[in-house]
Amino acid sequence: MISRRDFLQATVAASALWGASGVGNWARLAAQQRLTQAQLLEFEDYGNVTLIHITDIHAQMKPLWFREPEINIGVGDNRGVPPHVTGADFLKMFDIETGSPHAYALTYQDFEALAKAYGRMGGLDRCATVIKAIRAARPDALLLDGGDTWQGSLTAQRTLGQDMVNVMNALKPDAMTSHWEFTLGIDRVTEIVEGLAFPFLGANIFDAEWNEPAYEPYKMFEVGGAQVAVIGQAFPYLPIANPKWMFPGLSFGVREERMAEVVAEVRDAGADLVVVLSHNGFDVDRKMAGNVEGIDVILTGHTHDALPEPVMVGKTLLIASGSNGKFISRVDLDVQNGQMMGFKHKLIPIFSDVITPDAEVAALIDAEREPFKAELEEVIGTTDSLLYRRGNFNGTWDDLICNALIDEHQADIALSPGFRWGPSLLPGEPITREDLHNATAMNYPAAYRTEMTGETLHTILEDVADNLFNPDPYYQQGGDMVRVGGMGYRIDVTKPQGSRITEMTMLKSGEAVDPAKTYAVAGWASVNEGTEGPAIWDLVEAWIKKQGTVSIDPNTSVQVAGA
Amino acid sequence: MQLSRRNAMAIGLGGVALAILPRQVRAATVEELTAAFAGGAAVGTGGLTLTAPEIAENGNTVPISVSAPGAAAIMLIATGNPTPAVGTFNFGPAAGSQAVSTRIRLAKTQDVIAMAKMADGSVVQAQATVKVTIGGCGG
Repeated sequence: MISRRDFLQATVAASALWGASGVGNWARLAAQQRLTQAQLLEFEDYGNVTLIHITDIHAQMKPLWFREPEINIGVGDNRGVPPHVTGADFLKMFDIETGSPHAYALTYQDFEALAKAYGRMGGLDRCATVIKAIRAARPDALLLDGGDTWQGSLTAQRTLGQDMVNVMNALKPDAMTSHWEFTLGIDRVTEIVEGLAFPFLGANIFDAEWNEPAYEPYKMFEVGGAQVAVIGQAFPYLPIANPKWMFPGLSFGVREERMAEVVAEVRDAGADLVVVLSHNGFDVDRKMAGNVEGIDVILTGHTHDALPEPVMVGKTLLIASGSNGKFISRVDLDVQNGQMMGFKHKLIPIFSDVITPDAEVAALIDAEREPFKAELEEVIGTTDSLLYRRGNFNGTWDDLICNALIDEHQADIALSPGFRWGPSLLPGEPITREDLHNATAMNYPAAYRTEMTGETLHTILEDVADNLFNPDPYYQQGGDMVRVGGMGYRIDVTKPQGSRITEMTMLKSGEAVDPAKTYAVAGWASVNEGTEGPAIWDLVEAWIKKQGTVSIDPNTSVQVAGA
Repeated sequence: MQLSRRNAMAIGLGGVALAILPRQVRAATVEELTAAFAGGAAVGTGGLTLTAPEIAENGNTVPISVSAPGAAAIMLIATGNPTPAVGTFNFGPAAGSQAVSTRIRLAKTQDVIAMAKMADGSVVQAQATVKVTIGGCGG
């Protein structure tokens, strides 16, 4: 059988590209059981163009724990291929040693023990150090931010994203694209964008009334003697996955034909290299790369995948740079006469104890946090369990939220959205108000209580499951499955919409959910305007304070088939 | 921008006669509509482009575009609506381009079908699935 590594080389050879990735060093580094900043930054300059990619920071300015998913199922053509590979399979595929720093950074196994050994990851002051080091070697390197930057923390919530805007401005991005940015509301987005020193790109953002482009689609840069076009692609399903009343005049969508048009336009305008800064999600980007001719590099985002090597679709490189400031990708390219001749790539893990914080950005971050310091640091309880969110079906953070919703709202069933943001906490750690906001901070937080029939619940589960498991990636929205408390179910991911979800069962009584019966349901983050209830963080804080110490039982309520 | 767009639309409509379908006692089925439009011709593919969103942002007003260079008529069908017929657009010889952009209401997730009748009487078809979703849990 052809090994994956041979396959990668074969693909590269077939496309007449010369390529290399940083992963080759990792086994050696791991063997030494130690890392240095110099090793993390080690990179032999290559070609004439350097791209620096960071995405899905979710307003995380400080180092954090972030456990990667245990379950990340791919369907259709994407079954079993990166990024739909986790744990031991991931380590084997990318030749990474169990228990090594990179196993900790990229997979979920032994997370608690490895976290203690290798420390927190990320921190925008550490990212600044890495970005400055790359720019020292390559002064005209482009820093490209894939979006989901201004939302996800208490301070971003209170300052309407201003803290993140200020800190990111210090990093001097060359362009960004967007998703959660728009949940600040269109007026606030417009206010921020007007003040940015770099373009806010979105080729697929249209005026809803006239169906005309509403934002700059691309920006042309001269880098290393080459014309580099960076095309922005915002999250296609903002008005569906998030409340459209917050940005009523805008329409999004994948708009593949629009992307093809813009690629042709930039090529006509003399682009030697075409880069798409995307918030499509990995599988959508993979399909788009196969269908749209002429894209050299897609910097992927939205689905929070971190891959130590590029995935190649024909001659297009797909780069996946993780989330929450855990990673920065450096991509060096040799671009000559309108052609990408070869590449070198490295996914740089931001080990916060290894990389020295940049003093200027560290001071700026502290200044942004200062007004909220006492609030952020207040301890509201302790966790006995590892708290994490990422994974297709459940995470302990959402189990905690569902437990709180059921108790505080005296509900039968709780629903918590399948967001992919939200860092982790280790067993035994205090839960601060900041930690709780890191898992909940957003602009439509009302924790509602309502009544639903069993039939309605089934319809909701089927609808969300199709957003995740439709075999055509263009019909996927990129979140994880809605998390459910108080009720279990079976899901066959291979079935069509309407027949994936069966055996819905009330956990307390063991009784089957009756389609005709009405249940009390509590949830949060409804996209409907006028949803009423306390902010989710206030409800959960009250609940945690009553518990003192929180324990989350292992969740076996979802039976998965067809994975 | 709006002015030029309006002008473009006005010019586009200049050559188009829209046949408003008469209200019928019983809605014509997809099979009846396609058979009547094809008029016995074998239905091929290619030569027309149907552009529709994969997922509707608002099922009540879904933007649909069909372009069929050289067509004499274009028909649109929403296969899952109680009344599947959307409309038939006939192009006279003065039409600058044979393209239609409109917005339609979709009752649920369904296939939208576009058929075009060319000047030589040949008929081609394209279809696209438009999902109408309740949404709400994006990452």
